[in-house]
Amino acid sequence: MTDNRRDSSFTFTIDGVEIKAYAGQTIMEAADAAGVYIPRLCDHQGLRHQGSCRVCTVKAGGRSVSACTQPAAPGQGVENETPHLTKMRRDLVEMLFHEGNHLCPICEASGNCELQAMAYRLDMTDATKFPYLEPCRPLDASHPDIALDTNRCISCGRCIRASQDVDGKGVFGYVGRGIHRRVAVNGDKLADTNAEVTDHAISREVCPVGCIIRKRVGFVTPIGEREFDKGLIGHEIEERRT
Amino acid sequence: MGEPRLIEISPVTRVEGHGKVTVHLNAQNEVDEARFHIVEFRGFERFIRGRLMWEVPVIVQMLCGICPVSHHLAAAKAMDVIAGVDQLTPTAEKMRRLMHYGQIMQSHVLHFFHLAAPDLLFGFDAAAEKRNIFEVIKEQPELGRRAILMRKFGQEIIEATAGKKIHGTGAVPGGINRNLPVERRDHFLSLIDEMVDWAQDAVKLARDYTMDNGELVSNFGSFPSNYMSLVRESDGALDLYHGNLRALSSTGDPIFDQVPYTRYHELLVEDVRSWSYMKFPFIKALGPEAGWYRVGPLARMNTVSHIDTPLAHAAHQDLKTVTNGAPNHSSLANHWARMIEVLHCIEKIRELLNDPDLQGSDLIQTGERREEGIGVIEAPRGNLIHHYRVDEHDQVTYCNLIVSTTHNNEGMNRAVKEVAVSHLSGQDKITEGMLNHVEVAIRAYDPCLSCATHALGQMPLLVELFDSGGQLLERRSRAA
Repeated sequence: MTDNRRDSSFTFTIDGVEIKAYAGQTIMEAADAAGVYIPRLCDHQGLRHQGSCRVCTVKAGGRSVSACTQPAAPGQGVENETPHLTKMRRDLVEMLFHEGNHLCPICEASGNCELQAMAYRLDMTDATKFPYLEPCRPLDASHPDIALDTNRCISCGRCIRASQDVDGKGVFGYVGRGIHRRVAVNGDKLADTNAEVTDHAISREVCPVGCIIRKRVGFVTPIGEREFDKGLIGHEIEERRT
Repeated sequence: MGEPRLIEISPVTRVEGHGKVTVHLNAQNEVDEARFHIVEFRGFERFIRGRLMWEVPVIVQMLCGICPVSHHLAAAKAMDVIAGVDQLTPTAEKMRRLMHYGQIMQSHVLHFFHLAAPDLLFGFDAAAEKRNIFEVIKEQPELGRRAILMRKFGQEIIEATAGKKIHGTGAVPGGINRNLPVERRDHFLSLIDEMVDWAQDAVKLARDYTMDNGELVSNFGSFPSNYMSLVRESDGALDLYHGNLRALSSTGDPIFDQVPYTRYHELLVEDVRSWSYMKFPFIKALGPEAGWYRVGPLARMNTVSHIDTPLAHAAHQDLKTVTNGAPNHSSLANHWARMIEVLHCIEKIRELLNDPDLQGSDLIQTGERREEGIGVIEAPRGNLIHHYRVDEHDQVTYCNLIVSTTHNNEGMNRAVKEVAVSHLSGQDKITEGMLNHVEVAIRAYDPCLSCATHALGQMPLLVELFDSGGQLLERRSRAA
């Protein structure tokens, strides 16, 4: 961050709490720095913002905006944890569960999965509001070190941005439109791509669910030591708050 | 003389999973045929295909909520082979064994106290509303308290080794993902002496029941059969986690002995019948008529040479004296055998808790990949076989499961027939208590029908009496 931007700091509020921000910062960036957690799934530190999952939707100036893409504005009043927004986020997360096949008890991402962790944070206890679509998507295990189970994909696009922007490869991309849109590989199968297990796009932190699988390490982390065994998703951000 | 009738007990209660019994009565009210049907279909062998090999121990344990550890470990043993690991680290093997002993202990305690005790304490034809664990707790509160706390102890052992009491993730191909922290060890050690005492009392309770009801136990669902289990490789002792296959005839003569379990398919064949989703295995060399066999606690007491823990060994010798060392054929003697195994498991747990290897940090081994793996274990209900093939992409291409209840299918059907003939033949009026005799015979095997068909739903009892034309004559129901 340049000194010019530091000089142009201002404040706004989230749920009545005064937050310091700099020109060009998004609402989410400023909130993170101040220790205020805004739920998100498609946004990830180090990747460009996309604003597609809408889980980070907040009310700013009376309008619904995605906090990961909307710049913070001086004096603005932002609503984050209101009953209305929490319900909307819970509904969005529920729909993601219902669109795919998210079988937490047998998924190696369980305990490290941001979708599962978000459901816990948002208190998603009623999973029967929407019909299960139960798609039938084949597992692509053709690559010697990586497997892809798109039954668990939530189309967040983090792998696409990581592969393009960080790895400089373009292994992943979207295909299809509307509800049929999904992440696919640049080839008939994963083995046809130049993906490597050391790619940032393949790292555990990029895929928020259990879609991108690094082979032969599933379940080696015991229950109790997984990421979200330590606390609710967002706890690390909230611990920054003084 | 009346019309031929068909009696259906559906579902059978106080067992794991869904099954029903049909009893065909002829015009003279004599039992023509009695069958134990498994009416669920689950299909794990098929839908596991395509999944990744390290997922298998976690997925297949979903077969059951009572003995998931058995499936978890049998699958993990098969995946060890596929991962190229022939010898686990001491910490991994001992942690798995600890998990297994905790599992068998809690499952046997659940069966004996919660499911079978109401029949044994109050009588097979006691009022239906009396035959449940709450009445046991009401009438014998100390017994009920112990039942709950012993099961809790076993479940906490599972939680400490697998991460969860049900459907954990401890075993991974090539090892285990955790060791036992000293704080957990010390907690278990603080309870272990009490557990040993209670297990000895439970053995005495089951023994006294068997001895005090000698005629009933000797005649109720009692018939000769072959028996099969794993036995320890070195000396034929009881080993619930690993060993070779041994099968004995009804007279105690060996049919095969110390055969590596990887050759199970050379020894056993699974038969299919149109009226059940459960297969009927038999010993190939003897054919389907003579080759059926029984597995489980009593089968193990019949097959093993001895038990390597002193208290359980003494109890085993005591059991053997009833039949002068020959195989014991009584279905109800399974309860005594089950409690001896509880005692053995607790002695083993005590031995392991005092072993510093449980605090080791060398947990997972790797090796050269293979395409095929077979894992066999002695589950609470008997021998359990898992067999997989995995392709070069780490995906399962083949799965065959032979679970304990499947091994016992013919034995349970024979027990049902024998008890139906003894207690229903010639009766004009079939009472609920009479029908419970049939269920008691099934319960003695502690069948897990969910496992066997590789259930969801409530568990009410519905008994319907049909005439031979299928006309409903009488219906009795019991709420869940």
